[in-house]
Amino acid sequence: MPKPTTSAMIASFADPGQKTTSAPFGHALARLADQRPDIVGLSADLAKYTDMHVFRDAHPQRFFQMGMAEQVLLGAAAGMAEVGLVPFASTYSVFATRRAYDFLCLDIAEPNLNVNVVGALPGLTTGYGPSHQATEDLAILRGMPNLTIVDPCDSVDIEQCVPALAAHPGPTYLRLLRGNVPTVLDQYDYRFQLGKAAELRTGRDVVLISTGLMTMRALAAADRLATDHIDVAVLHVPTIKPLDTTAILRAADTDRLVVTCENHTIRGGLGESVAATLAFAGKARNIVPVALPDEFLAAGALPTLHERYGLSTDAVVDRVRTAMHGDPAR
Amino acid sequence: MTTAITTDRLDRVRAAAYRIRRHALDMGEVQGQGYIGQALGVADILAVAYTDQLHHRPDDPHWPGRDRFLLSIGHYAIALYAALAEAGFIPVEELETYGSDGSRLPMSGMASYTPGMEISGGSLGHGLTVATGMALGLRHQGNPARVYNLLSDGELDEGSTWEAALACAHHGLDNVTAIVDVNALQADGPTAGVLRTEPVTDKWRAFGWHATRVDGNDPAALLAAFDDMRTHRGSPAVLICDTRIGCGVPLLEDREKAHFMRVDPDEWQIARDQLSEGYHHA
Repeated sequence: MPKPTTSAMIASFADPGQKTTSAPFGHALARLADQRPDIVGLSADLAKYTDMHVFRDAHPQRFFQMGMAEQVLLGAAAGMAEVGLVPFASTYSVFATRRAYDFLCLDIAEPNLNVNVVGALPGLTTGYGPSHQATEDLAILRGMPNLTIVDPCDSVDIEQCVPALAAHPGPTYLRLLRGNVPTVLDQYDYRFQLGKAAELRTGRDVVLISTGLMTMRALAAADRLATDHIDVAVLHVPTIKPLDTTAILRAADTDRLVVTCENHTIRGGLGESVAATLAFAGKARNIVPVALPDEFLAAGALPTLHERYGLSTDAVVDRVRTAMHGDPAR
Repeated sequence: MTTAITTDRLDRVRAAAYRIRRHALDMGEVQGQGYIGQALGVADILAVAYTDQLHHRPDDPHWPGRDRFLLSIGHYAIALYAALAEAGFIPVEELETYGSDGSRLPMSGMASYTPGMEISGGSLGHGLTVATGMALGLRHQGNPARVYNLLSDGELDEGSTWEAALACAHHGLDNVTAIVDVNALQADGPTAGVLRTEPVTDKWRAFGWHATRVDGNDPAALLAAFDDMRTHRGSPAVLICDTRIGCGVPLLEDREKAHFMRVDPDEWQIARDQLSEGYHHA
């Protein structure tokens, strides 16, 4: 039997040697709490694994451990918001969305409370298999009225969105990237604005409309394609709901190739949102969707899985080349 | 601090309970059916809560210092509307709009519709989780207000109720009082046959709660128990109330027990007469 060469313990999607920032969410929340005494944090036995421990250690009196119990985590967060506090409640995305949906929907979203739900391991960011891979969290949540949904690209996005989420009066859901998170957007003229998409680079031939960590891949793919003289624009869409339909229509209503890139199943995420935006505006056209397949994914090492399921930079480059020239020649 | 259960207090509660029942019958007649059996059963509990225990300001329903009363059982709204009218949150005349289009008093209680309605109930097993967060938040803020959650014995089927029970005990939330209406009946039949929850008191005690079980239709026993829970410190408290569906109206008490009770048009006046007779000759 051959010796295994990769391990499910490779749990980072950062490229080798890439600049990263440690626990950007936890540090951003702790800093915000220095300014805002109404900020509180809760977790469901996953403070250490959602970077909430940084906040907990900085503000122990304002951290509330709810145990491995996601329904009371979100119900209690609602109760805290009802009395005027601004809670950030963290767990894994799979538990926040699948297990405690009714509590997010009826206790938080229906009364339109300022509760910020923070879900780690969105999409394919763990090799632990379907129990931990929230590949359909956007599809689950996009239908929930009042809810704002943010899928950040990197540590810059996370640091800048935390104060914006707290300032937003209604409920939010953040697709958390945790641990050593890639730092990418500091190289661009960019500021996170809730509800706004941002054109990170312009290009005449192709526009990549991307969200979450796939914006990092889109930017890398655009650089690679430039060497082939394919001029690629990247529109980063960190807010999935409400969607910046104006920016999307402006970007997609051209004769460029339109490619959507998301760390989410092809069902019910960014790709379908963009397609609907175009069709509803009478601008329907072909879109190449880079997304996870509509299936339960395998366990394994993240780099292997991103390659297999089409989220790697190589895979994005190949999809664009195929769409442009009919073959993925290198 | 012990407050004596004076004749005056008892009379006031009994009178309020009578009016809550009377209002509930009038509202039930508007729709011709409804959760009238549960409303009559829980009237004494609500009378004690709203006329004797809760600190509230009916003209300022969002007063931060108020005690919160969370109705997780949304279908008991008919009874809570009657109590809110009794307490002055809504005009008595408005009760006749119950369940009608455009009314502030929908069949299932919703916070955005009705002054004094703290949460939107209906999806069972939510109330105690929200109460947990309110109580944690109020304590954190140094606010002495208390949080009450009225839940049903059927709601003890929901796992989230027990998640919240663990959390309240773990965090020592002695500003929480759960009130469990044990009418021993749920949608598909008697609780004992649907999903056995007894021994209820032992379960709460095992979860770390200060638990008391009383006859939920005995105003004197309820007053004593509420007084005890208000002064209890160190752990959350639960008052388990055995109630009789249809209590106060023999016609409905004796009817085959049903979650959703039908009352014929000519029976509403008989029910009112029986209620009045029982109250005035007690």
